[in-house]
Amino acid sequence: MADTVTDTASTRRATTRYRPRTGLGWLWLPLALCALFLYIPIAVLVGMSFNDGGSAFSWDGFSFRWYAELAGDEVLRQSVLTSLMIAAGATVVATVLGTLLGVGLARHTRSKALETAAMAPAILPDLVLAIGLLAFFFVAGIPKSALTILLAHAAFGTAFVVAVVRARLTGSDASLEEASRDLGAGGFTTFVQVTLPSIAPAVVAGALLVFTLSLDEFVIAYFTAGPTTHTLPITVYSMVRTGVTPEINALATVLVAISVVVVVVAARAVRRTEKS
Amino acid sequence: MVSSPTTVPGRAPQRGRARGRRGRLGRLVEPTALLAPGLIFYAVLVLVPVLLVGAYMFATRGRFGGVEWTFTLDNFGRLFDPLYLDVLQQSVLIAAAATGLALLIGYPTAYAISRLPVRWRTVALVLVVVPFWTNFLIRTYAWIVLLNSQGLLNDALVGTGLIEERFTLLYTPGAVVVGLTYAYLPLMILPIYAAVEKVDHELVEASANLGANRFRTFLSVQLPLTLPGTITGCILVFVPSLGNFVIPELLGGGKTVMVGNLVRDQFLKTQDWPFGAVIAMVVVVLLLLLFGLQAWVTRRVEGAPRG
Amino acid sequence: MKSINRRRTTAFAAACGATLALTLSACGGDTDTGAEEPAAVDTDADITGQKIVVSNWEGYMPEDIDALYNEATGADVEITYHATNEDVVAKVTGSGGDGLDVIFASQPFLEAFAKAGLLQPLDTDAISNWGNLDADIADLTEVDGQAYWAPYTVGTTGICYREDLVDEAPDSWYDLLTPEEQYQGKVTMMGTQRWAVLPAQKALGFSANTTDEGEMEQVKELMLDAKPNLLAYDDSTFYERLISGEAVMTEAWDGWCNYGTAENADIKFVVPSEGSDLWADGMAILKSSEHLEAGYAFIDTILDAENHAWVEENILYNIPNSAARELVSPELVEQFDLLGERREEMLTGENMTDVGDDADALYNKIITEVSAS
Repeated sequence: MADTVTDTASTRRATTRYRPRTGLGWLWLPLALCALFLYIPIAVLVGMSFNDGGSAFSWDGFSFRWYAELAGDEVLRQSVLTSLMIAAGATVVATVLGTLLGVGLARHTRSKALETAAMAPAILPDLVLAIGLLAFFFVAGIPKSALTILLAHAAFGTAFVVAVVRARLTGSDASLEEASRDLGAGGFTTFVQVTLPSIAPAVVAGALLVFTLSLDEFVIAYFTAGPTTHTLPITVYSMVRTGVTPEINALATVLVAISVVVVVVAARAVRRTEKS
Repeated sequence: MVSSPTTVPGRAPQRGRARGRRGRLGRLVEPTALLAPGLIFYAVLVLVPVLLVGAYMFATRGRFGGVEWTFTLDNFGRLFDPLYLDVLQQSVLIAAAATGLALLIGYPTAYAISRLPVRWRTVALVLVVVPFWTNFLIRTYAWIVLLNSQGLLNDALVGTGLIEERFTLLYTPGAVVVGLTYAYLPLMILPIYAAVEKVDHELVEASANLGANRFRTFLSVQLPLTLPGTITGCILVFVPSLGNFVIPELLGGGKTVMVGNLVRDQFLKTQDWPFGAVIAMVVVVLLLLLFGLQAWVTRRVEGAPRG
Repeated sequence: MKSINRRRTTAFAAACGATLALTLSACGGDTDTGAEEPAAVDTDADITGQKIVVSNWEGYMPEDIDALYNEATGADVEITYHATNEDVVAKVTGSGGDGLDVIFASQPFLEAFAKAGLLQPLDTDAISNWGNLDADIADLTEVDGQAYWAPYTVGTTGICYREDLVDEAPDSWYDLLTPEEQYQGKVTMMGTQRWAVLPAQKALGFSANTTDEGEMEQVKELMLDAKPNLLAYDDSTFYERLISGEAVMTEAWDGWCNYGTAENADIKFVVPSEGSDLWADGMAILKSSEHLEAGYAFIDTILDAENHAWVEENILYNIPNSAARELVSPELVEQFDLLGERREEMLTGENMTDVGDDADALYNKIITEVSAS
C-alpha cells in the first residue's frame, strides 16, 4: 500500500516542471547586493576608526588612538551614563504600565477605540510626539531635564510593551486564569501567580525592546532635553554636525560590536525557549 | 463517583458567591486597576500634547517661542503658499522613493532569505538587524563619508575609470533617498520575510502543477498572499521617512528641505510654533489616510473569498 | 527715537509676559524698560562652592576655564555647548533659560534677548576688568543706554578660499553668489539667519540691518539664484571642506578662516569690495539665573588680560581687549595677519544689530523659502 502511494507521489513529482524549493538560483544576486549595501558603510566606519590621521578620506597608518580618545572623552562618557539611566527608568515605567494595560486590553475589553488609543504613541510620527511634549512641558512649566526625556520615552515605550503582551495573551486562552478564580483566588492573586508567569517572556521581550529603543532614540530626546542634558544620540548629533574626528568611527565600531553580541545572545535565547 | 471540581470538601463554590458579594461595580475593579494607570499616563503624556499641538494651530506666535493665545486662521493660510505645498510634495516624493528603493532591495532579499536552509535563515536575519541596532546618526554619517566628493565612492568610480571627474553625490535629494532607505531597510525586510515564510508552499506547488510557470505563480499566488506584509513593510519605511529631519539635514546639506525640517525649524529655529503645529498636523492626517488604506487593503486580501 | 524704542520694548514685554506667564522663567519684561537699572551686586560676596552653567560654542573658550575660574573665585562652572545662535534661542526660551546662568551669543541675538527682558542688565562698575575693553566696542553692548552683555570676540564676514584651487582671488560677493562654472558646486554659504542673507544684502548695496521689505525681496531673489551653485549651507564645518578640497570658496568668519590657514597655508581670507559686517559675540547673564555674583565673576575672569589673551591665541579670533592684546605672542600675530597687520581692516564693517521682531520674522521667512526651493 505504502509503496504505491510513494510511487505515485514520486511519479507525480518527476513529471512536474516545478523545481525543488531549496536553493536560491538567481536570488543570490539581490541577497549579495543587499549585504553589500548594508555593510559597506559599516565596514568603512570600522576601517577608518583605525586610521592614524584625522581625515575621513585619507589613510595615514594603523593606530588605536581614537579608541584611547574615546575612552577619555568625558562628555561622551557622561552622555552614555545619562542615556543608560534614562533607558533604565523608562523601561521600568513602560514595562509596568504596559503590562497592566496589555493584560487589561486582552482580557477585559473588546473596545477597538481603547486598543487604538493604546497603540497611538507607536503610530504617531516621533516628530509630532516630540513637539507635543515640548509644548506640554513648556505650558505646564516643567523645566526640561533628563526626567522629561524619561517620561517621554516611557510614554512611547509603553505602546510597544502593550503590543507584545497583548499579542502573547490573545493567542492563549484564559482557562488557566478562570480556573484560578474558580478555586477562590482574587483578581490580584490570579494576576501575580497565573497571568504574569505565563506572559513573562513577552514582558521581558517588551522591556528589552523599550530599553534599546530608548538608548537609540534621538528625535524626542532632542526636543525634550534640558539645556545641560545630553543623551548619547544628542552628543553624537552635535559631533556629526560640527565636524568630526575618527573618534566617531571608534564609537561606531564599539556600538556595532555591542549590537552583534546582544543580537546573537538574544537570538540564541529565543531559540532555546522555543525548543523547551 | 467523580466529584465535581467545584465541590472541594470544606469549601463552598466561590464563583457565584464572590460575584454576588461584589456586585456589578465590583467587577470593574480589576479592569480599572489594569487599564487605568496606563491610560492616565497616556492621557497626560500623549493625548494632552497632541491636543495642545492641535490648539496651537489656531494661535499666534510669540517672538521667542511659545504662543500668544490670540485666535487666528492665518497659519492655515500660510500653508497653502505654493512654497510649502512644494515642500510637502517633495517630502512625499522622497519618502516614496525611499520606500520604493527599500522595496526593490528588500523584497528579493526577504524572499531569498526564506529560501535559505533553515539554520542560515536566523543568521541572515541577525545580519539584517545588526546595522539597525547601531546608532542611526552614526550610520547616516557613514554615508556622508562614502558619498563625499573626496570620499570612497568617488575614489572607486574614478579609480576604475567608470567616470572621468569626481562628482557630488552628497547634498542632493538622491543622497537623502539613499540615506533614508539605508536607515529603514530592515523594517521592510522583516515583515516581508514573515509574510513570505507563511505562504503555504502547497499552494505554490499546486499552482505549478496546474501548469503556471514560475512568474505567473509569483504574480497570482505569492504576491497577493504577501501583500499585507509588504504593505506593512512599506508603511514602516514611509512613515519615519516622511517625518525625518536628521537625514535631509545631514545628507541634504541644508538644500533639501523636507516636512520634518520645516517643523523642526519652526519649533527650534524661527520659533513659529503655531505654523509648525499646522504642518505637523497635516503630516498626521496624511498618515492616518495611509493607515486607513492599509486596513482596507488588508481586509480585501484576507477577507475576500478565494475565487 | 526713544519713544519708538519704548513702544517696542513694551510690546515685547507684553508678548513675553503673555507667553511665559505660565512658566517658571523669570521674565522680567513687566517693567517699562526705558533704561533698566542693574540689580545690586555685592562684589565682595563669597561665592565659593556655587556652580554656574555656561552655554558656549565648542572650542570657543579656554579648555581649562573651569580650573581658571575655580582658582580665581572658588566657584565651579559647568559648560554646555550649542552649535548655532538659534540653538541658544531655543535653550533660553524653551524653558525660560532654566538651568543656564551665562550664555555666549552674537550681538543681534543678545540685543533681542535684552529687549525681551531675558538678560540681566550689567553694572559695569562691578566688573573690574571692564576697563580693559576697547571703548568703541564696549559701547556696542548698550541697549537704551544700559549695558546688557560683555563683548568677547569681534570680527567680520568674508570669503575664505583656497588660493591654489582658484585662478584668481575672489574680491566680490558675486564670486560666491554666482561663481564661475568651474567653481559651481564647490562653494558654501552660511545658513544661519543673518549671515545667510548678508552676502546678498551687501552685493546689492543694502544695509545689513535693513528692514525694508522691497529690499529684502530683491535679496531673496538673488539668494534663490545662488542656491543651485552651492555645495551646501554650512555654518560649522566649512573650513574642513576647504582643507579637503571639497569646497574652494566659502562664506566664513575671519577667525574661522584662521583655523584653515593654520592647517593649510594656501587658505586665505578676503573681505569683498562691497563691504561686510562688523559682528560681535558676547556673554550675558540670564535674568533667570540665581547666581548673580558668580555670573559677574565669570565675566570678570574672562575679561582678565591674561585669560582673554589666551582666547585670541587659541581660538584665533580678534578680541576687543586692549590690555589682553599686549600679552598676545608676537609670533602668532605675525603668522595670522588677520590678527596683526590686517586687524583694522577686519573692523571696518557695518555693525550688525538686532532688527526687531517683524524684520526678524521676515528674514526667517526668506531663509525658509530659499532653503525649501
